[in-house]
Amino acid sequence: MTDNNEVVLLRVKNLRKNFNKKVVLKDVSFDVKEGETKVIIGPSGTGKSTLLSCINMLVQPDGGEILLRGVDVTRVKDLNKIRQRIGFVFQDFGLFNHLTALRNVMIGLTKVKGLNKKEAEKIAKEKLVRVGLEDQMKKYPAQLSGGQKQRVGIARALAMDPEIILFDEPTSALDPELIGEVLGVMKDLAKSGMTMLVVTHEMGFARTVSHEIIFMEKGVIVEQGNPEQLFKNPKVPRTKEFLFRLTELYGEGEE
Amino acid sequence: MELFNDLFRSFISKIQELTVFSQELINIFSKHWKVLIEGLGVTLQMTLLAVAIGFVIGIFLALIKVYGPEPFSFIVMVFIEIIRGTPLLVQLFILYFGLPPYGINLTPFTAAIIGFTINSAAYQAEYLRGSFQSIESNQMTAARSLGMTRIQSIISIMLPQALRKVIPSWTNEFIYLLKYTSLAYIVGAPELMTQAKFIASRNFQFFKVYLIVALMYLVIVLLFTWFFGKVEKKLRIPGLETVR
Repeated sequence: MTDNNEVVLLRVKNLRKNFNKKVVLKDVSFDVKEGETKVIIGPSGTGKSTLLSCINMLVQPDGGEILLRGVDVTRVKDLNKIRQRIGFVFQDFGLFNHLTALRNVMIGLTKVKGLNKKEAEKIAKEKLVRVGLEDQMKKYPAQLSGGQKQRVGIARALAMDPEIILFDEPTSALDPELIGEVLGVMKDLAKSGMTMLVVTHEMGFARTVSHEIIFMEKGVIVEQGNPEQLFKNPKVPRTKEFLFRLTELYGEGEE
Repeated sequence: MELFNDLFRSFISKIQELTVFSQELINIFSKHWKVLIEGLGVTLQMTLLAVAIGFVIGIFLALIKVYGPEPFSFIVMVFIEIIRGTPLLVQLFILYFGLPPYGINLTPFTAAIIGFTINSAAYQAEYLRGSFQSIESNQMTAARSLGMTRIQSIISIMLPQALRKVIPSWTNEFIYLLKYTSLAYIVGAPELMTQAKFIASRNFQFFKVYLIVALMYLVIVLLFTWFFGKVEKKLRIPGLETVR
């Protein structure tokens, strides 16, 4: 059932989603293997964000299957149990404004995992150190820069000890000079073996970090393959055209 | 020179008039202070009770209206619109004069409290609804993505922020109601305005008595405004201060 005997962590099968009569996702299928970083690219409005939201059921799909370690999450009753296992990092951060960075990371641990304050604080601090925010723990979201906010968002997802983290354009709301600090954290995560599914326009990240790139347009997967193949030798002309335009916009991203 | 003298004399006489006038105010107050302070006590009691109970009810109404299922949020909407759409005076009349035929006899104080509470609950619910809806929805999404239940997300993410945001309009509601309790004189609850009317109907000094009462309201309102301002400042989320 799997190539190379690697464990498939997430399998999306024939996923369909319509908003009113507009088709947003049409028979989308792909696998994410354990420890793999997969990047989804494509023009805006092609259902990339909807796809991520379907995976942890923040949006209810209309058809198809989403298997998390073989369990179809579209049929699961207690979604909160599933969501704990899937981290989510948002484009607009989604930080809780009334809580400090530390409390933002702690709250999932205390409210959802039922840890006591002391245990939660220990884990939260550990994760904030990991994303390089040891000096900002006492600050509130409004006192942080965009890059710092997003790193809190990543720490918050990490604290739940998820099996996979979904990133929805994590750097799109950031000033150019702040993008690097977030991508750096994500790179480290990928290297450490975290399974990641990333929607992004950052070609440098896609090229150097991802194991596989999915190119989506108008709700369907146009092409998927490893970065080398996709960048150097795309099978579909449309892929080539899109990548060319992106590289023109965002540069090769050698970093 | 002549003109200056005239002006000076009229100025002096005005000052004298004013002194006499304030002396009269002080005289009235020192004669009736006990009754007036008692009235003020009742006013405060009614305000605090109505606002406090109205707050608890208001939170539930707002939560149902914003997050509740369709039939319930509709019922709440209808309730709020009826309360906000009819004069408080009429509501008090119904409670005090309209219920006895059905065997419900309320004391003036109870009728007033119930009227003010229901009224305040409706208004506070609307203020709170606005506060809830002004919080970016992505925080709710983020909470759910962590695996928090809907109720957990509302209680630990949305509510604490909504309560902070509602303080300014809540302060408004409080001082508004504090003065609005004067309507209780209609049913004869012994609050400040009722006492003032009672005193004035005996000494016929309506203007002066009402002026004294107005000053008493003003002092109390200023005190509470100052206090709630402090609370607001204390609970403000760092980094979200208004830029001057």
